[in-house]
Amino acid sequence: MEAISEHRGKVFPLERSNVDTDQIIPKQFLKRVERTGFGQFVFHNWRFDDDGNRRGGFELDDAKFEGASVLLAGENFGCGSSREHAPWALLDYGFRVIIAPSYADIFYNNAFKNGIILIKADEGKIRDWMRKSEDGTYNIHVDLKQQEITDDDGNAVPFDIPGYHKEKLLNGWDDIALTLLLDEKIKEYEAKQPKAVTPLANDGIFK
Amino acid sequence: MGKTIIEKIWENHIVHSEADKPDLIYIDQHLVHEVTSPQAFEGLRLNDRKVRRPDLTYATMDHNVPTRGRDVIKDEISKKQMETLRKNCADFGIRLADMHHPDQGIVHVIGPQLGLTQPGKTIVCGDSHTSTHGAFGALAFGIGTSEVEHVLATQTLMQSEPKTMNVRVNGDLEAGVTAKDLILAIIAKFGVKFGTGHVIEYTGEAIRNLSMEGRMTVCNMSIEGGARAGLISPDATTVEFLRGREYVPEGEAFDSLAGKWLELATDEDAEYDVTLEIDAGEVEPQVSWGTNPGMVVPISAATPKISNVENKDEVRRALEYMGLGEDQPITSIEIDHVFIGSCTNSRLPDLQNAADIVKGHRVKEGVRAIVVPGSFSVKMQAEELGLDRIFKDAGFEWRESGCSMCLAMNDDIVPAGGRCASTSNRNFEGRQGSGARTHLVSPEMAAVAAIEGTFTDVRKFTAGVPS
Repeated sequence: MEAISEHRGKVFPLERSNVDTDQIIPKQFLKRVERTGFGQFVFHNWRFDDDGNRRGGFELDDAKFEGASVLLAGENFGCGSSREHAPWALLDYGFRVIIAPSYADIFYNNAFKNGIILIKADEGKIRDWMRKSEDGTYNIHVDLKQQEITDDDGNAVPFDIPGYHKEKLLNGWDDIALTLLLDEKIKEYEAKQPKAVTPLANDGIFK
Repeated sequence: MGKTIIEKIWENHIVHSEADKPDLIYIDQHLVHEVTSPQAFEGLRLNDRKVRRPDLTYATMDHNVPTRGRDVIKDEISKKQMETLRKNCADFGIRLADMHHPDQGIVHVIGPQLGLTQPGKTIVCGDSHTSTHGAFGALAFGIGTSEVEHVLATQTLMQSEPKTMNVRVNGDLEAGVTAKDLILAIIAKFGVKFGTGHVIEYTGEAIRNLSMEGRMTVCNMSIEGGARAGLISPDATTVEFLRGREYVPEGEAFDSLAGKWLELATDEDAEYDVTLEIDAGEVEPQVSWGTNPGMVVPISAATPKISNVENKDEVRRALEYMGLGEDQPITSIEIDHVFIGSCTNSRLPDLQNAADIVKGHRVKEGVRAIVVPGSFSVKMQAEELGLDRIFKDAGFEWRESGCSMCLAMNDDIVPAGGRCASTSNRNFEGRQGSGARTHLVSPEMAAVAAIEGTFTDVRKFTAGVPS
């Protein structure tokens, strides 16, 4: 994961609650075996018809939101399936920051693991930002170290973020490498467990 | 003070704990399928890592598999994903129930069926409906692909301790009202995010009286209420279900294990962070009308009136997508597809209950109805009981096992504008096909809908009241 300490970008307001992962990336695009290339399919069913033609009317495709990299959304963002393809698609499209009143738990974990800065903000503040960003000219600067969001007019708003996630984003740490530092602890734990009575074995059925 | 089963399992699995950080917990069982694992195995290869405990890992293919004509996979990308899983399991020494293996099935159906799912275990899978296994008193939850890789490499996960929630179901369900109706009613009552950050324990008389299959249906949809997981304390029903299963011990070893399982049940004086209650007696057969699993009403009701709701835009958009009017009676909705299947409702009793209703009737003209057993084993057992004949004689299609039309990753798709009575778990826009409209119901209600072509109260149907 790439380290990230700050981000400045254009805000795209998605004025919907309970945006589920099937909307973020529909299942027909889950068949790739890579982590990349999902950005073109983000919010696909809202943006394109079955023949791949733009439906029009979904504002993300409006020229004024070109290059938007901060996503504002309603409550319970990312509900539904555990597919990490959802943050992969958002990141690949160019979103580095998401701000919403609340998130579904699995999405919340998945997004941080991919270096997206997820911020929980109160609904009043989000409504204010939604209004300001409607015309596609609103930019904000997110300073992760200072935990502060500043807009071009100098309005500054502090935000909370779990220290553990913040530290990992700032350092770009690999979770698995961190856990492997605790290998002795894992071994100790395993040594204390009773042996499985009927352990699974590789019986070669997959030849 | 006593402890909840959630706290007991958590404490039993802490490998390492530090202030202000999530705990490192051990994972007892990792289930793997073809859609959310390829990038995880690729990550292992790139970093020259191995699978730490292949013996605690079990793979199957379910999301993409065709439910008929399995020898030819038309979709090249699906085929590649399945071949990738095959190669990954071979390279890393993981047991795989391949598409033609007798243990193949939906991952949340075969885990319990094989006895891999046991009380007290931590179970994960790159699939949000892993909560299903909680029915056995296991702590089971869905994870993303990065976490799949983490578990493959370390057999552990960094997780913050969940908050605990008791959903107490008072009284018992009326005849004709099922576990599916109960969980839909719970989500309708408390909303699609009431469980966020919590693990739910379902308690109360109605829960105790459910079969293991019914309990799996309830726990399965915990994620639809936003919960990290859902579970039920083990009891005699749990123990009897597991006795004799392939991966549980026999004889004295089983009795000893069963004793330990029962001790995991929540202590009488334990306290939860949150307790919610619902009366089972007030639950009717349920039907979803909208585009999230909280948009559910009883069969006797109608779609909402926009003037009566707070989230007007959301309701308006949902009704528009669903092609329904406001205040429209549920019984007036005509369907053209029926899907009986998915990790929510594809086990033998689900199929038996639906077959009992279907027997002697015909699927309404113009309705396409399919039954997709949850596993190869369920299919075989159903065929021994002659259920396949009942369904086929009535005009249903009888398929091979897989996730199928629940998420329509294979060829089982509801066309745009089509309307499906579905025993699955999600009614999101486009879930069963682009532009498809999904109504979540129990297998019994789906069976009646297939015959009548509209939603009808199963209790009136079985009582012979003309619709």
